[in-house]
Amino acid sequence: MKVKVLALFALAVGVSMVSVPLFAHHGNSAFDTGKRLTLKGTVTEWFWANPHCFLKFDVKDDSGNVVNWVTETTNGPDMIERGWSKQTFKAGDEVTVTIEPVKNGKPVGRVIQVVLPNGQTLGMAYVKR
Amino acid sequence: MLSALTRAQTAQPAAPVALDGWGRPVKSPVTGPKAAPAPRRDLSGIWEPANGPGDGIQPNGPKDMPSDGKPEHTPPYTPLGLQMQNAHKALFGTTAVLQALNNDPADKCDPLGFPRADLFQLRHTQFFQNERQVVILYQFEKRWRTIWTDGRELPKEIPESKWYGYSVGTWVDDSTLVVQTVGTMGDERAWLDNTGRPVSDGMRVEERFHRVDRDHLEVTVTIDDPKMYTRPWVAINKFPMKLQSPDYDVIEMMCIPSESEKYHREYGDVASETVGK
Repeated sequence: MKVKVLALFALAVGVSMVSVPLFAHHGNSAFDTGKRLTLKGTVTEWFWANPHCFLKFDVKDDSGNVVNWVTETTNGPDMIERGWSKQTFKAGDEVTVTIEPVKNGKPVGRVIQVVLPNGQTLGMAYVKR
Repeated sequence: MLSALTRAQTAQPAAPVALDGWGRPVKSPVTGPKAAPAPRRDLSGIWEPANGPGDGIQPNGPKDMPSDGKPEHTPPYTPLGLQMQNAHKALFGTTAVLQALNNDPADKCDPLGFPRADLFQLRHTQFFQNERQVVILYQFEKRWRTIWTDGRELPKEIPESKWYGYSVGTWVDDSTLVVQTVGTMGDERAWLDNTGRPVSDGMRVEERFHRVDRDHLEVTVTIDDPKMYTRPWVAINKFPMKLQSPDYDVIEMMCIPSESEKYHREYGDVASETVGK
């Protein structure tokens, strides 16, 4: 699968935002730990739920084919502590998402950070208070 | 007009803000540089992990006994305990499996039970108390349990095993409540922690809640389960918590089977290669 990958490894920007351990409900075994993909796409669904939320978005590859990516965050309460909310995304939003992909090549991964249409970056670090 | 537009275009997005369960900005929980002394025999309040909200989330096992392969972090299993540990297919720890292969009951939204509530998901925790009891409200799953402080003894015969057991508490000094719990679930639906460490119906758990001062609490949990472990061992030792603002509204958090099912279908199973193969 050839997708519009902006960067294969962690961007310098946002490194401080991934300094907390990532926690996936389904463990860490499925993930290509340490690998990063940065994808530009259009939000199709923001599923705000337990045990974990997930963000779905369409990414167009170089041939014009559209792939729907499914990427998870942690649960709602945890994401609120990180400055996210149920209203963070709506379908149609253009976003740039950095993920840690799974090993099996499926369009699936866990979110490291997103850049919203207004330029705001949200990551996985807890908001200081 | 033009300058206003320019300002709008160059304005930096607002920094993320943490909100409580009512959508209100979270206030600083500790009110001053030097905390007042602990009130006498009183744990009332909303407590949160002192080192950040994530400090009490312990997916790889209890904070002081993580499943990392180090001998000093390996519980002293009995032969039965080791057999049970090996039968548990956990999603975390040194023997973690892919989602499709796991048999963690909590993955199906079964209750965490006690003491896994302390050892996996110690988030915002509220204490209410009166002259007879201390009631603990856990954020995760919105569970609660009662600790009787009216002088009663633990039941000698357990009427019925319970997910959160039977608890009694004694003030050993004016700032330390020691709680003993027995009668917890001992079947396959109850795990000690997130890495599949086993429990039996013969387990006895001691919690020591020490209120260091008005704003700080330390939690120590000791496991004593002779069927599964050859000696008692400390799972979390003086885990630090701090007092939250009294008007903080704890965010709702539950495991919801219908949402979990969608999560498995659209994300977890795909990540584990159980569909489309």
